[in-house]
Amino acid sequence: MASLNVRAALLSVSFLVLALGAWEMSTQPPAAQESMSEYEMLMGGAEQESRVPPPSAVIRLAWEELSNPFYDAGANDKGIGIQLGYSVYRVLTGYLAAMAIALPVGFLIGMSPLMYKALNPYIQVLRPISPLAWMPLALFIIQDSDASAIFVIFICSIWPMLLNTAFGVANVREDWINVARTHELGHLRTALTVILPAAAPTIMTGMRISIGIAWLVIVAAEMLVGGTGIGYYVWNEWNNLDLASVIFSILMIGVVGMLLDLALGKAQRLVEYKE
Amino acid sequence: MSKSFLEVDGLSKVYPDGQGNEFTVFEDIRFSLEKGEFVCIIGHSGCGKSTILNVLAGLDEASSGNLVMSGKEVIGPSLDRGVVFQNYSLLPWKTTLNNIVFAVRARWPSWSKEKVREHSERYLKMVGLDHALDRKPSQLSGGMRQRVSIARAFATQPELLLLDEPFGALDALTRGVIQDELVKIWEETRQTVFMITHDVDEAILLSDRIFLMSNGPNARIAESVKVDVPHPRSRATIFQNPAYHKTRDYLVDFLVNRSGAALPEDDGSPKFVEPAKGMAKPAPTPTEESAAKAVNA
Ligand SMILES: Nc1ncnc2c1ncn2[C@@H]1O[C@H](COP(=O)(O)OP(=O)(O)O)[C@@H](O)[C@H]1O
Ligand SMILES: [Mg+2]
Repeated sequence: MASLNVRAALLSVSFLVLALGAWEMSTQPPAAQESMSEYEMLMGGAEQESRVPPPSAVIRLAWEELSNPFYDAGANDKGIGIQLGYSVYRVLTGYLAAMAIALPVGFLIGMSPLMYKALNPYIQVLRPISPLAWMPLALFIIQDSDASAIFVIFICSIWPMLLNTAFGVANVREDWINVARTHELGHLRTALTVILPAAAPTIMTGMRISIGIAWLVIVAAEMLVGGTGIGYYVWNEWNNLDLASVIFSILMIGVVGMLLDLALGKAQRLVEYKE
Repeated sequence: MSKSFLEVDGLSKVYPDGQGNEFTVFEDIRFSLEKGEFVCIIGHSGCGKSTILNVLAGLDEASSGNLVMSGKEVIGPSLDRGVVFQNYSLLPWKTTLNNIVFAVRARWPSWSKEKVREHSERYLKMVGLDHALDRKPSQLSGGMRQRVSIARAFATQPELLLLDEPFGALDALTRGVIQDELVKIWEETRQTVFMITHDVDEAILLSDRIFLMSNGPNARIAESVKVDVPHPRSRATIFQNPAYHKTRDYLVDFLVNRSGAALPEDDGSPKFVEPAKGMAKPAPTPTEESAAKAVNA
């Protein structure tokens, strides 16, 4: 009997083959008609174009795009690698800025019940706001579409990090704090050598949630601000009615999102500990 | 009047009882410890032993009274007072060795890396854990964890060592082995120790004196019992000493029959009792087995 992993892999591949096969079958062009209507002649066979492209077409396109991902032929014609690069750059910039604020503020809130009570109402009001709702205000104040997109990423990734940091710090076991106290560690040493490692798994969980949300939001944000990025690319290809490119970029969004999550998952495992 | 190493004077702890009134856990606790003494405190659960120990550690505050150690008032925690908690309190993300290194470095910040490591390893060797330096606490048994915790406390060489039921969570066999280790380390270091236990045999094996606490609320330290069993002691031979049985009977009688209404002297200090006075005799000649042990040690 093959191992569970091997059987699971076999099953995965057969699901894929089945799904692609069904997709391919359902998108075959109808049998050639005797003659095109005059209108169809005029549109150069537009009726055929409006059908969802078959997987073979998507794979052919993916092959082309991925064999030259970084070409740059003007504003509306850049390689998929460049577009994804813009999006990842925006996500990471906004995310790191959020981290720079969320970790120290989360520490403060977690360590001080007073600060927690004082800041909690604001957090509760700001947290449920859809990050895209900030976009008009950001565009007006910042006057720069790129920075506005980064701001939207900042605002959406700050909350899970902030709340998880505060929660993790507030729930560090009393015993470990007492160990720090009986060894006369100062506030900073206690924060860095006891509280931070103790709360790190909880903090990393927040950071992982944040990167996931940020990657969801960047696509929508770039559809709004335009110019560059994978969100803009999807929308642009839709305007071009290039459905194969749309499907291909959807898949790429999934792949990059998965890679970001894997990276954070790895980091999470590094700071985990068993009691 | 010459002052003792540690003077505890009129300590009390009061909590609100939740119905607007006050609830006095213990009151007017008075005692003193001499340098190099090993003192255990026994009393029924809830009488306030842990609270007293935490006040000595500086982790908790008394409602009234004061504490003076080596002529200085005790305020807040300090490396001069090491603590071993019942639940070990090791940092689970650090290895065995690094848990000790952490403490040693805090104690002597100017020491070189090599010196810190060498010192830490020496104390882990004392508790027989030099083979587990790189394991995390989660990979150690309860007994091994408590050994690490004891090594950590001894490694910082505090002036006063506080142990709160250190073996309470261990099985009887493991407890016995670590008790013997503790006896051995104490004979080597003559560290001043204040320890809570609920095990009468453990108290006799380890202590020079045993404090007996009356039941709460308003608990007091009623008696201070001298243990007239000479050092070095060992678990295997101590029961051969008649002084051991005499002391044991006295302690059990207190805990079973007298702890409810027992009171200290009129001036508040514990009544000093010597149940086995004059029975002391030198440690019995070592049996073959314990002689072999001594050679190995
Ligand atoms: N925060 C608290 N509020 C009210 N009562 C408390 C609090 N902490 C401890 N106590 C009471 O103080 C008493 C002594 O507790 P403790 O020192 O742990 O006893 P022991 O270690 O002797 O078993 C107990 O009766 C407990 O209910
Ligand atoms: Mg207790």
